[in-house]
Amino acid sequence: MAIFDEELKALRERVLKLGFMVENAIRDSVKALIERDTELAKEVIKRDHLINALDVGIDEECVRLIALRQPMARDLRFITTTMKITTDLERMGDLAVNIAERAMELTEEPLLKPFVNIPKMAEIAQSMVRDTLDAFVTGCSRLPYEVIKRDDEVDELTVRNFEELLSFMLRDPKIIPLAVKRTYVAKYLERIADHATNIAEMVIYMCEGKIIRHMEFPE
Amino acid sequence: MVENKNIFGIKAFSIYYGDFMAVKNITLDIEASKITAIIGPSGCGKSTLLRALNRMNDLILSSWVEGEVLFQGVNIYQKDTDVIELRRRVGMVFQKPNPFPSSVYENVAYGPKIRGIKKKSQLDEIVENALVRADLWKEVKDKLNESGLSLSGGQMQRLCIARSLAQEPEVILFDEPTSALDPISTANIENLLQELQKTVTIIIVTHNMQQAARISNYTVFMYLGELIEFGDTDTIFVNPQNKLTEEYITGRFG
Repeated sequence: MAIFDEELKALRERVLKLGFMVENAIRDSVKALIERDTELAKEVIKRDHLINALDVGIDEECVRLIALRQPMARDLRFITTTMKITTDLERMGDLAVNIAERAMELTEEPLLKPFVNIPKMAEIAQSMVRDTLDAFVTGCSRLPYEVIKRDDEVDELTVRNFEELLSFMLRDPKIIPLAVKRTYVAKYLERIADHATNIAEMVIYMCEGKIIRHMEFPE
Repeated sequence: MVENKNIFGIKAFSIYYGDFMAVKNITLDIEASKITAIIGPSGCGKSTLLRALNRMNDLILSSWVEGEVLFQGVNIYQKDTDVIELRRRVGMVFQKPNPFPSSVYENVAYGPKIRGIKKKSQLDEIVENALVRADLWKEVKDKLNESGLSLSGGQMQRLCIARSLAQEPEVILFDEPTSALDPISTANIENLLQELQKTVTIIIVTHNMQQAARISNYTVFMYLGELIEFGDTDTIFVNPQNKLTEEYITGRFG
C-alpha cells in the first residue's frame, strides 16, 4: 500500500505543478496586456503546450491508477476529482493564451484608457485558482466555499468593465474594435473564474462526498 | 410494509463461543430480494453471523447466542423452531464446492426426496428447473448420471447452488462462494447471483471487496465482532461515513 500512497502523492504534486503553471500563465498574460509587453505575451503562448502535456500525463496516470489499484472511497474521489480538475485547469491555460493574443493585438494600437477592472479581475481569478488548489492539497476546509463566493465579484467587474467600455464606444464608434477586444479579455477572465468555481465545487465533492454543482446555495 | 420488505430482522444479537464473544450486539435488517454483502477482515465474525441465520452454528457445541433473529417475523432461536425446515428455507453454499459423492441428478434430487417427493416425473422437473436456474443445465443435461465430483470447480459450485434451489429456499447464504474459483467461473457465479436475486434473497460473505462492490445492493462492514457500518453499497464504496470502513476498503487497515 505504501507504493500506492506514494503514487497518489506524486499525482497530487503534478496537479499542483499544473495549477502553478496555469496561475503563472494568467498572471503573465494580464501583465503582458497592461505593460504592453509583446515578448511576454509570446512567452505565454509558447508555454501552453507544457500545460497541455501535463494535463494529458495526469489523465493517463489517473486511468492507470484506476485500472491497476482499483481505488475506493476517498482515493476514488481524489482520482476522479483530479481528472475533472485538470480539464478545467487546461481550459484556463487556453484562456490565458487568448488573453495573450488580445494583448499582442492591443499593444499594436494606442492605449484606449488605463486598465482598472482587468487587473482586479485577474488578481481575484488567480487567488481563486491558488486557494482551490490549496484546499485540494491540504484537505478540507471552508476555503472552497469562499472561492465560490469570490466568483460573484468577478462577475460584477465583468459587467462594470463592459458598461464603461460601452460608454466609450457610444461616444466614439471608431474605437469599437479596440473596446471589443478589451471586453473579450474581461470575458476570458470571467470564464477563468468560472473554471476555478468548478474546481472548488469538485474539491468540496472530494472532501465531503456531496455534489453541490447546479445548486443555488452551496452550504 | 416494513415487515414485508425485510426478510431478516437481527435484533441486539450476540454470538459466543464459550466465553468468547464473536459477534457483538448486532442490529440489522436484511431486505428481501436484494444482495447483501458482509465484508471485514478475517476473524471479524462475518461468517459466524452468516451461519447464525440458519442456525448452522448449532453444530458447534460451545456456541450460544443472545438477542433475536427474526426470519419473516418469527424468532428462529425460539425453542420450537424446526431447524431442518429453517435450513430448507434458508439454504447455504460454502467456500469449497461440496457436492455429494453421487450423480449430478441425485445431488439435486436429494433434498426433494427427503421432503417426500417420490414421483419420478416431478423429481425430473424439479432437477431440470434447479439446474436451469443455476445456469448449469446446458452443460450437464447429457451427463446427469455422472458423478457430481467429475465436474469442474465452477460447475460443482453451481451444482451446489442448484441443490439448494431444489429446496425452494427464500434465502441463500453464501460463504466465500468464489474464493476457490478462477476469474471466469467467478464471473459466472456473480452473474448467476444477480439473476437469482430476483427470486431469492442473497446474503454473501466475501473477502473480495471488488466482488461486494460489483454485485451487492447493501454492504455490511464488520470489525472485531461489531457492525461498523451498514448502507447502500454505492455509499460504502464511494463515500463511507465511518473512518474504519474507509481505511478497510482503501486498503490502509491497521
